[in-house]
Amino acid sequence: MTMQIADSVSLPAPDAKARAHAAAARDSLRTEPKAVRITIIALAMTFLTVFVVLPLVVVFAQALSKGVIAYLTALAEPEALAAIRLTLLVAAISVGLNLVFGLVAAWAIAKFDFKGKTFLITLIDLPFSVSPVISGLVFVLLFGAQGYFGSWLREHDIQILFAVPGIALATTFVTFPFVARALIPLMQEQGTQEEEAAISLGASGLQTFFRVTLPNIKWGVLYGVLLCNARAMGEFGAVSVVSGHIRGETNTMPLLVEILYNEYQFVAAFAIASLLAMLALITLIAKTVLERHLNEGHEPRDH
Amino acid sequence: MSALAARRRTLPGFGLTMGLTLSWLSVIILIPLAGLFLRSLELSPEQFWNILSSRRTLNALRVSFGLAFAAACVNLVMGSIIVWALVRYRFPGRRLFDAIVDVPFALPTAVAGVALTALFAEKGWLGGPLAALGIKVAFTPVGIFVAMIFIGIPFVVRTVQPVLQDLDPEIEEAAGSLGASRWQTIIRVILPSLAPALLTGLALAFARAVGEYGSVIFIAGNLPNISEIAPLLIVIRLSEFRYADATAIAVVMLVVSFVIIFAVNRLQRWAQSRIPER
Repeated sequence: MTMQIADSVSLPAPDAKARAHAAAARDSLRTEPKAVRITIIALAMTFLTVFVVLPLVVVFAQALSKGVIAYLTALAEPEALAAIRLTLLVAAISVGLNLVFGLVAAWAIAKFDFKGKTFLITLIDLPFSVSPVISGLVFVLLFGAQGYFGSWLREHDIQILFAVPGIALATTFVTFPFVARALIPLMQEQGTQEEEAAISLGASGLQTFFRVTLPNIKWGVLYGVLLCNARAMGEFGAVSVVSGHIRGETNTMPLLVEILYNEYQFVAAFAIASLLAMLALITLIAKTVLERHLNEGHEPRDH
Repeated sequence: MSALAARRRTLPGFGLTMGLTLSWLSVIILIPLAGLFLRSLELSPEQFWNILSSRRTLNALRVSFGLAFAAACVNLVMGSIIVWALVRYRFPGRRLFDAIVDVPFALPTAVAGVALTALFAEKGWLGGPLAALGIKVAFTPVGIFVAMIFIGIPFVVRTVQPVLQDLDPEIEEAAGSLGASRWQTIIRVILPSLAPALLTGLALAFARAVGEYGSVIFIAGNLPNISEIAPLLIVIRLSEFRYADATAIAVVMLVVSFVIIFAVNRLQRWAQSRIPER
């Protein structure tokens, strides 16, 4: 009995040891000496701290450098409130437009086969690779005083540049791909079977879309809207070109940051900037949560 | 195949949604971009050439393209190190650092601009110590370089990360057990598998940095011929009502962007064509 126990204990022991050895040997084929590992981790963390963490911290430190009251006073300025209102308005317009476009485009691209699909997706992606300044410039060339539609607009007394429509247009241009790009791969992956079943059971196209497709892609829609909104509220270059910087009227939050900063009103500039930084942080947290939801849908979670 | 095609057609709305997609795409993206090209055609080749070969334009293009390329190279190296640490090692704060990589995507460029300037100005947290070493960052070309590194970080990390995650561990083990040193395995086995993703990340970071405006102009100093980027020169020309100059510079930058898109598409195709081989 005791022998048996001793046997059963001692016998697998070298076996386990050998296996552990083999596993360690296999692992050592796939990793580096400890000193190298530590150096690489330290390099990565230092780089990210210097280039990403510190700039974020600086925003809040500068905003609060004269105390909480100065910070809140800066945010309560009429000019600040006007900029916040305009930013919310412009974001609502361009996110709304791009949400509808994104759903429509994703339906056409993901649910049907046709020639030139890759090319069409490349065209939708174009704004990602156009400089923000050029995104603004194209609208100045169309609607500016010397632009193609400039004289016509003036005759009919329609103001596009240096007004809300121009800002909304430039923002829509810049944020154009976000919703569509979030939805196309998701809807392609989900295929068309459920929709076909609904149609063959007599549902109309719109019913199928709202009752079958939309519930399946709701997290993807939120994801696209989230990223689209973050960019819409934060856009600077394109909006700067078309806005005309009319104080209290055509200044969005990022533009007001620039104006206040150039006037050496650092607390006020960084106070507005801190709101935008918070928007970015909330967006990132929400994005992480949404990515978890999106991954649950189709992938076995392996990490 | 025909069954598939027939099934596909049972879903309604293709004509309507495709029509709407193409119309909206044309109104918001294609017509405005075409307008820019049309405008540039109004210039005679000689005018076009005179604008581009003027000293200030050339210098602005040189600053934008040169520093963007240098910054993209830094991003390539540091991005690879970050990806390696995030994918291969376990350390406290790994998930946090993984999330932080996306900050340059999410942070509005103007905010990044003023923050980097405050950080690297001579009285700033990092600018102070650097100034003591005799290195001036803010309001010099070095500042532009720093801002371009900042905005390029996520591109290399996010393109390479999924590829390294999916890399088959067995090829590394095979290389190692066949007697390759760890360094040889990395250079000869892992690096070639990552090459398309690395080059894509480099191209995307470069494209973004070339066109970048908001995060650069605050820290740049904006001295003509020295620290003036091409997008800023476009804005300056517009404010002077020199539309022809703005258009010519914009067209050059846009053509470069298109070339990069084309190259990235090619790279993706190359990457995909290599998958079955493994």
